[in-house]
Amino acid sequence: MTAYVVRRLLLLVPVVLGVVTISFFLMHMTPGDPARDFLGDRASQQSVDALRHKWGLDQSLGAQYLHFLRDAATGHLGTSLYFGSPITHLLGVRLPVTLLLMLLGTVLAVLISVPLSVLSTASRRGYAATAVRAFNAVVQGMPTFFIGSMLILFLGLRTRVFPAGGYPEGFPHRLWALVLPAVTVALGIVPLLVRSLNASMVEISRSEFVAFGWAKGLDRARILLHYVVRNSSIAGISILGIQVGALAGGTLVVEQVFALPGMGSMLMTAILNRDYPVVQACTLCFAVLVVLVYLVTDLVYAVLDPRVRPS
Amino acid sequence: MTGTPIPVAEAIDLPTRVWAPGFLRRHNLQLWVGGALLGVIVLLAALAPLLTSYDPAETDPASALLGPGSGHLLGTDNLGRDTWSRLLYGGRVDLSIAFIAVLVPFVGGVLIGTVCGYVGGWLDMLVMRIADIVVAFPFYVLVIALVFVLGSGRQSIFIAISVVSWVAYARIVRAEVLVLRNREFIEAGRASGLGGPRVVFRHVLPNVVTQAIVYSMSDIVMNVGVIVTLSYFGLGIVPPTPDWGGMMSNGQQFLAGGYYSLTLIPAAAVVLTSLALSLVGDGLAHALRINR
Repeated sequence: MTAYVVRRLLLLVPVVLGVVTISFFLMHMTPGDPARDFLGDRASQQSVDALRHKWGLDQSLGAQYLHFLRDAATGHLGTSLYFGSPITHLLGVRLPVTLLLMLLGTVLAVLISVPLSVLSTASRRGYAATAVRAFNAVVQGMPTFFIGSMLILFLGLRTRVFPAGGYPEGFPHRLWALVLPAVTVALGIVPLLVRSLNASMVEISRSEFVAFGWAKGLDRARILLHYVVRNSSIAGISILGIQVGALAGGTLVVEQVFALPGMGSMLMTAILNRDYPVVQACTLCFAVLVVLVYLVTDLVYAVLDPRVRPS
Repeated sequence: MTGTPIPVAEAIDLPTRVWAPGFLRRHNLQLWVGGALLGVIVLLAALAPLLTSYDPAETDPASALLGPGSGHLLGTDNLGRDTWSRLLYGGRVDLSIAFIAVLVPFVGGVLIGTVCGYVGGWLDMLVMRIADIVVAFPFYVLVIALVFVLGSGRQSIFIAISVVSWVAYARIVRAEVLVLRNREFIEAGRASGLGGPRVVFRHVLPNVVTQAIVYSMSDIVMNVGVIVTLSYFGLGIVPPTPDWGGMMSNGQQFLAGGYYSLTLIPAAAVVLTSLALSLVGDGLAHALRINR
């Protein structure tokens, strides 16, 4: 098992390196000059050149890339061009917001998806299944930003149950402020989760041990919860893992809509302001986060289901 | 003996039939309802010039924020532009991009997945590692960065979506090919001396492409989502060209003032389009007997 984990961790290196490399060259291909943007149109060419030199933008692209790799490998992520503070400091403030949002979103997604899947499986071709399918289709069709703004409008502004956005001081207030954003990111993955979970539950309920359960005269609830749901949780974990990757991307949009000071909104600001170091640091963080989630998923899967455990 | 017997190799080489005749005649409500809904939406968008006399970009401050009726079927926005007209023309823009943006990833992804799955080896390894990298990027990060690099507008959206979404097709098809590769009829084809390309394109491809077709319906739904989201953030369709995302983001400023229709009408269009596509996708999956 340890050897497997180590091998998987080593396999992550080329993926993360690839992501970082792409984001580096992508950002350096963007039209415009960050130094000129920063100083404004009226600044003299001399001061722009001086700033370019200070930021290392006057070096060749290859040299900048090597520089960046060396720094990143030693944990130096540099200074933000736009915010003006060290990126490690910025991440220290913003990463927890995004992580908390992802965690809450994942928990909510599971809390919404599992009952819906069970309901749909239990009724198979009945009204409940149709209702769940309709819910799925409608939610899947709604863009994330639209769900977010509707929640803000009706639960934030009209009824004032939840704050309409922002990130207040104090943990209980913060948790409360994250409810609507978490529901929004959760709804982004719920349709696919329900669909896959339902498919897996239907398949399991057709298997022989379930038929045996019926033959033994077990009641419906017991068969559904103890046999079907429990066994589908194995497939559910791997589906959830893949979806959490999508959820990480969703935080980008949701943090923007709810004005949350997380990593996603920082990345958005950074992209729009050509803040190279921040874009690279954030994509690096997101990529590491996503591949780690995939890794943990595979490990949990292996622990839950001995059949896929690596020999 | 009444006819000439077909040589074994030729019999094996008959194209594998995918579209079973009459599969549409089977009881398949989802496919019909979805197809009809999608047909109506596409028709409305395509016939936009015949269905409205207003220019979608023409402003008229004197008739700003009018309610439905009053000469404007769905009212007007804050600049006095006709909502019905913007909805139809916006649909033209969004739907055409969403549909066309599926073509390149579909063709590319299916070909890459088929070849990788069939050939295997270092090529498969290399391509799948590239796919891993693309997937490790949070979707919107890559798309927004690409659109930002390439500049707003249709072409950038096409490229950004294509760069990201071929991976899903390649993975789906590759997984299918891996299973199919060792089936008897493929081995029979190889054993009877058919060339690699012939086996791949005539026998493997037709059997795996159905999965990709079904997936492409959800892919179009996602494309619509991406296009409207990009426009919402000001990175997509450049105003004054109408588009549903732009309409929603514009209408949002007036939500608090009680002008819900400006946001809800384009949102309803997006949801209905997605609903239609999902139904068609489910119906196709059912018709082609694919378990999803």
